[in-house]
Amino acid sequence: MLEVFIFATLNGLVTGFLLFMLASGLTLIFSMMGVLNFAHASFYMLGAYFAYSLSLYFGFWTGLIFAPLIVGTLGALVERYGLRKVHASGHVAELVFTFGLAFLIEESIQFFWGRDTKNYQTPDLLDFPLFTLFGQEFSAYRGFMMAISIGIFIALYYVLTKSRVGIIIQAAITHPQTVSNLGHNVPLIFMGVFGVGTALAGLAGVIAGPVLTTFPGMATVLGSIVFVIVIIGGLGSLAGAFIASLLIGLLQSYAIASDVGMPDLLSLLGISFDRGHPLNDLWTMNLPQIAPVLPYLLLVLVLIFRPTGLLGKREE
Amino acid sequence: MKKIQFFTRLSSPLRKLMAVTGLASLLVLNSTSSAQEPVRIAFMDPLSGTFASVGNTGKTILEFAVDYFYNSKGGILGGRMIEVVPLDNKQSPNETQLQFRRAISEEIQIIFQGNSSAVANTLNQTISRHNRRNPGQEVLQINYSAVDPILTEDNCSFWHFRFDAHANMKLNILTDYIAADPNIKSMYIIGQDYSFGQVVSDTTIKLLNEKRPDIEIVGNEFHPIGQVKDFTPYVTKIVSSGADAVITGNFGADMVSLARSIIDSGLDIPIYTFYAAYDGITATLGESGKGKIRLIHNGVANPLPTEERKQFNRDFKIAHPNNDITQPRIVNALQMVVKAMEETQSTDPYDIALALEDMRFTTLGGEEIWMRGEDHQIFQQLSISVHTDEGVEFDADNSGYGLVTEYQVPLEETIVESSCQMRRPRR
Repeated sequence: MLEVFIFATLNGLVTGFLLFMLASGLTLIFSMMGVLNFAHASFYMLGAYFAYSLSLYFGFWTGLIFAPLIVGTLGALVERYGLRKVHASGHVAELVFTFGLAFLIEESIQFFWGRDTKNYQTPDLLDFPLFTLFGQEFSAYRGFMMAISIGIFIALYYVLTKSRVGIIIQAAITHPQTVSNLGHNVPLIFMGVFGVGTALAGLAGVIAGPVLTTFPGMATVLGSIVFVIVIIGGLGSLAGAFIASLLIGLLQSYAIASDVGMPDLLSLLGISFDRGHPLNDLWTMNLPQIAPVLPYLLLVLVLIFRPTGLLGKREE
Repeated sequence: MKKIQFFTRLSSPLRKLMAVTGLASLLVLNSTSSAQEPVRIAFMDPLSGTFASVGNTGKTILEFAVDYFYNSKGGILGGRMIEVVPLDNKQSPNETQLQFRRAISEEIQIIFQGNSSAVANTLNQTISRHNRRNPGQEVLQINYSAVDPILTEDNCSFWHFRFDAHANMKLNILTDYIAADPNIKSMYIIGQDYSFGQVVSDTTIKLLNEKRPDIEIVGNEFHPIGQVKDFTPYVTKIVSSGADAVITGNFGADMVSLARSIIDSGLDIPIYTFYAAYDGITATLGESGKGKIRLIHNGVANPLPTEERKQFNRDFKIAHPNNDITQPRIVNALQMVVKAMEETQSTDPYDIALALEDMRFTTLGGEEIWMRGEDHQIFQQLSISVHTDEGVEFDADNSGYGLVTEYQVPLEETIVESSCQMRRPRR
């Protein structure tokens, strides 16, 4: 049981950190512009596909560096020539714009790369087990994923709280007019944040592509969960997004690893139902089966009991 | 044929003249016949979304086969072309209902569908209801891949024909194969949480209990279909269960991710599957899956049995270098449906259905296959093949890796009883 617990924790952390890379960009963009970027996970997918194509010609490491840059540039262009124009028409228009963009990106990817799974592999350099515990290997690549994600978190935290740019960004979040009056170019800051946010999503795609498989559905699989994280963490709160990411990563991982379910609960209460019972599906349900639904359950609970999210500051 | 007999009865100069004018009239006839209304068949499968790759490959195969066998040779039924109408059901039962309405409004009477038994069940019920209420405008369901046994058992329908072996037939052979391996002492079952995944689980447990009661089922896991980001947590459980082998009915991205996670964890055990090949899966598994992954499927993989079949593959590859003949059963289904149309000289689903019942047909691969009339289930050779790069004449995903058949079971041994009580329409 111990080995299951240890590996569930490790897996949960890997997933959690990966989710944070997506959620951090999304929550930053939201707190700055007040717009939920529905296309955020699509940028994640773009990152994986660009990195895959680059890795075919120049190797994995080139992809790791350049794919996020390309995605970030694309993101910045989208903000500059798309979102900024739509901004004049209000938030609903922006929302619809990003919603459409998500479809556009997915279709473009299918158009250029095809619909089948891409053979995007981990680099040979990291193709060894980092350590073996109770007969199970923890691949070096997963360790690498974790290292990158933690590095990004620290860098992001440092930039936002300690650097001059971070202070201006923080100020622009709450008082854009004042920042503008002080002579800072607020639209440029917006463009930069959008670019960096999408680049982070792209980077997440680059490192997730080889292990979570690169295919046109990868944005859909991750898209909704990222929104859940941002809402649970509190819209606009980076620390909240961090906690929520780890919480959900671990929650899902533990739920899958556990072997308890309704039958255990019922037998504890001394009740039993036969297989022919009309609600048989309910009585035989177990935790691993509903693991992927748990984040949404958590979302509903958070919205009921703490609508601002764990660390959210808005609407107080 | 009748025309030629008529010619031979005439004197020879006249015959020549007749032949020439006959040829001319045939040409005229041909030019008019191209204006004849095409026979339209719908291909209803996911063409977008998570499982789009499987659906699109199927569509490519069907369209290629239609062209290869019929349209390039003047069509069927005396010059009518076949037109494939793609309908994207996104692999959702709801969308399937909508697309079915569309097929009806376009007066399409034959629907090819294969992906997801849940969708096939919906379509089966929808078609049965529609056909009952609209006599004379019936629709035929050509199921080339949905393998939930219920479709040809309790829910069997006169309007549904299955051209793939169903899950119990495949599992029967697969468990025979597993039972013959004395090294396997424990088994882990993992599958997508829907009808087919559950059938795989239930049947595997039942059959292994009969054949090898000493094999312990150390895990029986369901996960939501197309929702799992990372299979590593599941693999952790497989490892800690100490299983000697894994069996799964997963397909698409769920199959790749699962296999990759198992292999990445360093677990060196055989994985028995239904769909772990093609559409990028073979390329992604590559060297790491060599000799570990086995598939149960109908027909044969490498070496392909006949020159015709090989030529078909080669011609397909020339037309579609990035696709493979992943599902030769689509071709079988098409050929048998057309044969039924030609025999009855009709495109009426009722006539086609009657002609398909108990039809015996020799495929491109040279084997005889049989559509059982009692439940509309196809019977043919079943094979177990291994993912490898040795002895692969026709690879998958242009990766050098492909399937090589290890074990074959002839048609007669694949036959299983059916509980089908078919309600036949009266005409």
